[in-house]
Amino acid sequence: MWQIIVNELTQATRDIVHSVARFLPRLLVMLVIVVVGWVIAYVLRSILRSILRVTKFDKLSEDAGASQLLKKAALPASSELLSRFVFWIAWLGFILVGISVLGVAGFQEQIPRFFAFLPRLFIALFVFFFGLLASSFFSRAALLASVNANLPSPKILSLTIRTVIILFSVSVGVEALGIGEDTMLLAFAIVFGSLMLGLALAFGLGGQELARRYLENRFAQPKNDGRDDDLSPL
Amino acid sequence: MVEESILTDDFLRELINVGEVDLLVGLDTFNDAKTVGNVMQAVRAGLLRYFPRLRTVVVNADGGSRDGTQELVRAASISHMPHVSNLSSLRTLHCISTQYSRESSGGGLHTILAAADLLRASSLVVISPESTNMEPEWVERLVRPVAKENYDLITPIYRRHKFDALLVRTLLYPMTRAMYGKRLREPIPTAFAFSGRLATQFLAQEPTPSDVGRMGAELQLSLSAMSGDFRVGQSFLGTRERIEHGAAELVPAMRRTVGVLFASLENFAVWSAVKESQPVPTIGVEHEVNLEPLRVNRKRLHQMFATGVAELDPVLRSILYDTTLAELKALALQPEEEFVFPNELWATTVYEFAASHHQAVISRDHVIQALAPLYRGKALAFVLENRDASGVEIEKNVEAICLSFESLKPYLLEMWETGK
Repeated sequence: MWQIIVNELTQATRDIVHSVARFLPRLLVMLVIVVVGWVIAYVLRSILRSILRVTKFDKLSEDAGASQLLKKAALPASSELLSRFVFWIAWLGFILVGISVLGVAGFQEQIPRFFAFLPRLFIALFVFFFGLLASSFFSRAALLASVNANLPSPKILSLTIRTVIILFSVSVGVEALGIGEDTMLLAFAIVFGSLMLGLALAFGLGGQELARRYLENRFAQPKNDGRDDDLSPL
Repeated sequence: MVEESILTDDFLRELINVGEVDLLVGLDTFNDAKTVGNVMQAVRAGLLRYFPRLRTVVVNADGGSRDGTQELVRAASISHMPHVSNLSSLRTLHCISTQYSRESSGGGLHTILAAADLLRASSLVVISPESTNMEPEWVERLVRPVAKENYDLITPIYRRHKFDALLVRTLLYPMTRAMYGKRLREPIPTAFAFSGRLATQFLAQEPTPSDVGRMGAELQLSLSAMSGDFRVGQSFLGTRERIEHGAAELVPAMRRTVGVLFASLENFAVWSAVKESQPVPTIGVEHEVNLEPLRVNRKRLHQMFATGVAELDPVLRSILYDTTLAELKALALQPEEEFVFPNELWATTVYEFAASHHQAVISRDHVIQALAPLYRGKALAFVLENRDASGVEIEKNVEAICLSFESLKPYLLEMWETGK
């Protein structure tokens, strides 16, 4: 009886030792992958940070209005944020690869999913950033053009253009992520449609006189021969 | 070297048939049939009367007119001039015309220069087809200093209405003078003569961007002459007829002029070394103004300035320093009749715009567009200040603007180097 217990204990100890012996190299490999991954991610972050600095990405981000958003959220500058983001994504990738070496059951199938999600995440971020950039550029262009053409409410026009472009880029970005595609599409269509209908009603009903004047100026012969201020700049 | 790629085969053939010339008359046209006939008559009369011995060619670079402009130029012949029938030419006057693409870089002036280079013209005169009141004497006053007195560029001085060309008087003349040190009254000439040497050097430079338009290329040529080792002068031509402009034309005009001037400042070494301005030799009177009363919509100018300052706040904030913007906001609150735009503030504003244009704090085109409402404010202040002024007083006020630009040049230099 005693002998059986001793044998079982010996066998269990042997199994544990074997398991540890099998696990330790994997753990070591994982640690190596994680450390190497950290180094690679760190190098990637430094390279990206330098590239963004050289290409004046922060200025671009400021033009796009992204910097103001980040400031309000007490986040670092765009170039720093993007560098950190790339660092963490890269390191997280290596950590997951390292964990996969351990062979933990139930974890294996999540790793390909994570890597499949990355391109979509980048596309979504890209679309959103350039959407912000485009919204900033076109809203400013509309503001300047309407001020110089002496149109009423230039700020409202500018804000409308900005909102529509941001809404559009958010909906495209979210669709790229694959989150609630139908809901987002529907929400965008409703918001965009309502906005356009509202503007049409406001312009058609509330601003009949303005609409008439605008159309007259645009398509009919100007009544004052274009002599708006009788001053020749050149 | 001639950029033959911009000249069509047919045009090249016509140029080769002409052979070498002494003088090339250039006309850059686009749907100018209403006025080009008179201009051609005056040109021919001027050539016959004052330069009958010169081998001359008229080259018309047309931007794609559909109103028969090219035919009118081509049809120009000596026999069609009854009022100068007592004159005769010793040479054949060739009139050739070609079309250029308005999308191409360089535009009409570039085509004219390439033709002049090919024909080895020692003198060139370019006349705007809109010069409706051009007289034959203009040709003599422009060409003689270049052909006989070794000038490289002769720009015109016109008798103008006191409220005409306010962008030139309040910004372009003062700033080019402060930057390049030459007191050239019309840096954007509509009729001007220049030497083959200047033409060749200008051709060798970077091609003119296609979007600068007719006047942008002329300004670039003037700036080239002012900043290089060239002999520059100006000649009084007489009255220049007023050309009516609608408010909508201001921004395109500013792009072609202020945009070109700001862009020229990228050549920092050239303008940064200039310490003070010098007068340039002038043939005839240096300035003369027409004092006839003129209806100016001051209310509209004031309203567009005030609205511009208020509505463009986020844009102006990225271009101007806070102190300058605060001063402009205070100006916008002034009632129309008491409106004053101090020269120092105007020069400071323009220089901050120039520095922002250089640093591209926002799109460069947006920087130029944002200056338009502020220019309207300065134009209003000029009109109010000179409502009852004599010619001498107006000249004194223009000089005061120029001196402000000159004295504040170190401020621009500082901003250029350190950034806003």
